[in-house]
Amino acid sequence: MTDGPGRFRGLRARLLVAFVLVTVLGAAAAAWTGAVLARNALLEESRRQAATTIGGRVTAVAPTLDLPPDQVTLDRLRDAVGGRALVVHENRTSARGLDAGVLPDELRAAVRGGDRIVTQRVVADGTPWLLVGTPLVTTAPDGARTPSGIEVYAARDLADVQRQIDGLTTRALATAAIVLPLAIVLALLAARSVLRPVRDLRDTARRLADGDLGARSPPRGSDELADLTLTVNRMAGSVQTSMEAMRRMEADARRFAADVSHELRTPLATLTAVMEVLDGATDDLDRDAREAAELAIAETHRLVRLVEDLMEVSRFDAGTARLRVEDADATAVVRETLRARGWTDQVRVDAPEHLPARFDRRRIDVVVANLVGNALRHGRQPVRVGVCASADTLRIEVSDRGPGLPDDVIGHVFDRFYKADAARVRSGGSGLGLAIARENARLHGGDLTAGNDDGGGARFVLTLPRQAREPAPREEET
Amino acid sequence: MASVLLIEDDPSVRRGLQLALSRHGHDARTAGSGEDGLREFRTHPPDLVVLDLMLPGMDGFAVCRRLREAGEVPVIMLTARGDDADVVGGLEAGADDYVVKPVQPAVLDARIRAVLRRGTSAPDGVRVYRDLRIDTAALTVTLAGEPVALTPTELRLLLTLSRSPGRVLSRQQLLEEVWEHGYLGDSRLVDNGVQRLRAKVEENPAAPEYVQTVRGFGYRFGPV
Repeated sequence: MTDGPGRFRGLRARLLVAFVLVTVLGAAAAAWTGAVLARNALLEESRRQAATTIGGRVTAVAPTLDLPPDQVTLDRLRDAVGGRALVVHENRTSARGLDAGVLPDELRAAVRGGDRIVTQRVVADGTPWLLVGTPLVTTAPDGARTPSGIEVYAARDLADVQRQIDGLTTRALATAAIVLPLAIVLALLAARSVLRPVRDLRDTARRLADGDLGARSPPRGSDELADLTLTVNRMAGSVQTSMEAMRRMEADARRFAADVSHELRTPLATLTAVMEVLDGATDDLDRDAREAAELAIAETHRLVRLVEDLMEVSRFDAGTARLRVEDADATAVVRETLRARGWTDQVRVDAPEHLPARFDRRRIDVVVANLVGNALRHGRQPVRVGVCASADTLRIEVSDRGPGLPDDVIGHVFDRFYKADAARVRSGGSGLGLAIARENARLHGGDLTAGNDDGGGARFVLTLPRQAREPAPREEET
Repeated sequence: MASVLLIEDDPSVRRGLQLALSRHGHDARTAGSGEDGLREFRTHPPDLVVLDLMLPGMDGFAVCRRLREAGEVPVIMLTARGDDADVVGGLEAGADDYVVKPVQPAVLDARIRAVLRRGTSAPDGVRVYRDLRIDTAALTVTLAGEPVALTPTELRLLLTLSRSPGRVLSRQQLLEEVWEHGYLGDSRLVDNGVQRLRAKVEENPAAPEYVQTVRGFGYRFGPV
């Protein structure tokens, strides 16, 4: 099985990419959202916990503190908070503990100006920290709250939390990574199931185009593609029906032509026989009767030629025309053709003295006689016949010095009953001569082409295989 | 001049050809079927038979074979153009020559005269080659003392070939000399005539002694 290049492969690729993108983006978005939510929850939890702990400790110790505080009070408060902590009052700070330098200014400002716990995350030396700051507020017995001017700061290590978050992110990425090959496989399967009917249809269309009108695709399921397949099948069916009808009509027409010419042969045999008798007796007739007799004789000969040509064409159509090749001298055949018709003085022959080849002498005689006859009738002299050959091709060229073939005629000269102009209708030919000539050339495995010489004038070129072969014998038709 | 028996089923063609042949000086008798033709042939033996191959009842091939069995009368058959099966079958049945319908009487007349001329020759004595003895004056042939009955065509073919033993004659030359056909004559006539001649004079027609084939050129007599 071969996948067509280009478009078809493109369709599969596009389906694949689109499917994978959608799947992976979906999975990634879900994983990322989950990770972000979890991270926020974790951070909020640790923030809340730190704030509660520190707030509680500060509140517990606050009533026992002397205000305004001295260095000892600050240190005691710092110890009460525990861990990495710092207590600041105006320009004084507690000894040891947290370095005031790590505290961002905005955090200091928020704590100093406010009356509640403020948190901020910072990264110092590659480690994430949660900084918690709270002003110490004293509550008088009457309930009035006054800021004491003391600020308490504490730092909580967030490394553990960060690890948890990292773990979550990694798992999200891993999930997306696992989904990717799965998505590709699914996409391939989907593409295949969609594309197989398409491919079947394409194969069917190709066979139809190649002339196999019996080609059909089996419709699968009941989707749009199955609809399309049914439509294509219906179309092929009607094309097949009309083609068969046309072929039948054409065969009938050809058989009719063959039958008619066959039936005409018997009366023509009588006419041909008696015309000669009549011909010998015209001297005894008066002028009008003689002219009538002469017309009848001439027209009988024309009719015979026409019927013979029709029958010859019918044999080509029916495939019963037989090639009888013999060793022959192409030059001699051409000269003999001209001599037998009395054309030797009107035609120049350019040919080697002898040109041995193998062909059907009588068919080539018919072709050459037809071409030279046309040249003498329609062209102007000198009419020239050129014969030459290579190792495997024999070439016979007939040209004249007439006006040549008009462009719109060249394509039709081999058509049956084609007459280039009305004046030629009565030229005596059957209108089948060139069609038969070309069929004869093709029967040899050669061809006959029409064109014009550079110097004007029509030129017909007959090419034949130098050693024509008879086709393998077929069963004899009756 | 010559008495011709024309066997043709179509009455108009039959009458037309009879009229035309009469004008060419022949005494033309006619028959409308093979059976009538054979009867006529026995009661009034003609010099030559012109035989249409398409006959109702007994067909032309069968009639031709019967005529051959009865003697050496020359037969010219009327065939349809391009009907190769007819030509081949007619020659195998023993016809000497053929013309294509519709035939011009002048052409048929020329063929008739050519066939009849084959029964004559310019005598140049007796030619003897091994067992084969050809008397060119009496126009008789004997093989090991036994007379061989040859049709005029077979006789003319043998005379032509034996005139210069060892010399190759092309089919073309034989067609012109024996059949008096033009350049486009049918070389199957020659091949068929040679076959029939061999059947009569050769001991083993498959390995001929007298009439030998020269591949790609033609035929020659001997060397014996």
